[in-house]
Amino acid sequence: MSTPFYVSPQQAMADRAEYARKGIARGRSVVVLTYADGIVFVAENTSRALHKVSEIYDKIAFAAVGRYNEFENLRIGGVRYADLRGYTYDRADVTARGLANVYAQTLGTIFSSVGEKPYEVELIVAEVGRTAEDDQIYRLTPDGSVVDEKNYVVVGGNADSIGNYLGQRHRSGFSLTEAVKVAVDSLARDPNGGSPRTLTPDQLEVAVLDRQRFQQRKFKRILGGQLARLLDGDQSAESDDSDDADDKGKLAATPPGDSDQ
Amino acid sequence: MEANTRGTGRLPAAFLTPGSSSFLDFLEAHRPELIPGRRRLPEGVIEAPHGTTIVAAVFDGGVVLAGDRRATMGNVIAQRDMEKVFPADEYSAIGIAGTAGLAIEMVRMFQLELEHYEKIEGTVLSLEGKANRLTTMIRGNLGMAMQGLAVVPMFAGYDLDLGRGRIFTYDVTGGRSEERGFAATGSGSVFARGSMKKLHRDDLTADQAATMVVQALYDAADDDSATGGPDLARKIFPIVSLITEDGFRRLTEAEVTEIAVSITDQRLAHPNGPQAPLL
Repeated sequence: MSTPFYVSPQQAMADRAEYARKGIARGRSVVVLTYADGIVFVAENTSRALHKVSEIYDKIAFAAVGRYNEFENLRIGGVRYADLRGYTYDRADVTARGLANVYAQTLGTIFSSVGEKPYEVELIVAEVGRTAEDDQIYRLTPDGSVVDEKNYVVVGGNADSIGNYLGQRHRSGFSLTEAVKVAVDSLARDPNGGSPRTLTPDQLEVAVLDRQRFQQRKFKRILGGQLARLLDGDQSAESDDSDDADDKGKLAATPPGDSDQ
Repeated sequence: MEANTRGTGRLPAAFLTPGSSSFLDFLEAHRPELIPGRRRLPEGVIEAPHGTTIVAAVFDGGVVLAGDRRATMGNVIAQRDMEKVFPADEYSAIGIAGTAGLAIEMVRMFQLELEHYEKIEGTVLSLEGKANRLTTMIRGNLGMAMQGLAVVPMFAGYDLDLGRGRIFTYDVTGGRSEERGFAATGSGSVFARGSMKKLHRDDLTADQAATMVVQALYDAADDDSATGGPDLARKIFPIVSLITEDGFRRLTEAEVTEIAVSITDQRLAHPNGPQAPLL
């Protein structure tokens, strides 16, 4: 019987963290930042089918980078958690803090379990509040740490350099147009100092949690024509208009789940 | 060493099992006791408040679904202002007749089932798919229905593929049938259907269809004691919802009041309502 090599716990954890970090850095970044009416998510993503940004619940959205099958699994788990909680208690009792906690426990357990490989994902869970002060953004790392972020956060790719850029330019009270412009500029920058790339609407996935939305579900994707106009700096594209058919009809006078007597 | 999945707050395995987009399927695996219709009931018939009449009609460009506001328990009015018509999602609505408590639970679960699918899949179910999910849920309630706790919903929606409004009715066993033109369910349904038979035309506008269903509910309340008519003193009027290409919209209180008051005024002169030609 051969004796296994001794690996110190510190080294084992460091190796796992390094493994996860490398997996995450390979992908493209996701930028999340606050603006006057809520929180905007901007991701570089050429796929229309595989989303990096998704709705979890009324005021809560999810963004992720890293290995798709792993974060998709966590996303589905989060939707199930939120829906079950909202059904058991009330829609108002589903919070980003609770969800971030559950994700942290899940990621942390997987990270330190010898039998499993650590997840190569970094998650963002954000909740839009009644006012800008109530907005919450949590970042979750593969080891299960939760970081309470303010104003903006970047995960994946060159997160550090994009984060620095955003730190210099972000200010509270941005309009949606300004916020999207800064986010797209930050993603388009060349970290080596070359000229910035041009990102077209086809290469971007943009969604908002908009507290001004009349509907109970505050999450909305910005697609096609509306996104193109936003990128052109057209302020009028901020309001809901005729081409966002997905927005129509959610003006339920009795919102789902809230209407029972 | 295996990770301790019980002692930590880690999501249980059922949460992370891929494959199903149905919230009911998830509950089946994780918390089966939460599924409506799964409870063990005592022997005998249980008396509980019942919701009464729901009507629906197709018009040019959509469908209207409306319900009265009364809930009865035996010969007592249990509630005067009950709501029985709910949005199921953006393009569909559900109206309920039968045991009120269970019906409301079924509506909540149905709304959640559709929303859950939408979030997981990123697309909405087809109208037929939604109607079929409801069949499954009614069937799950069959045991309770045998003990007098039946739930009989009506489902209406705008079919985006076909570009028209559609109505589905159900029996207690979940038997589904698509109705052409108009439909009614609940205790006053016989009278409401008779009324709509004389008033419904395929080329109705949305406003006319809304007026017609309120007329039908008035006729149902006229002859069925369990159906509530417009309550002018308390300002309680039917709930009327329209589903069109633009989605679900519940008529505002002011809009329904206007329709109900004009119908009541007209009935002062003609108590039996509008008259259809003999030939």
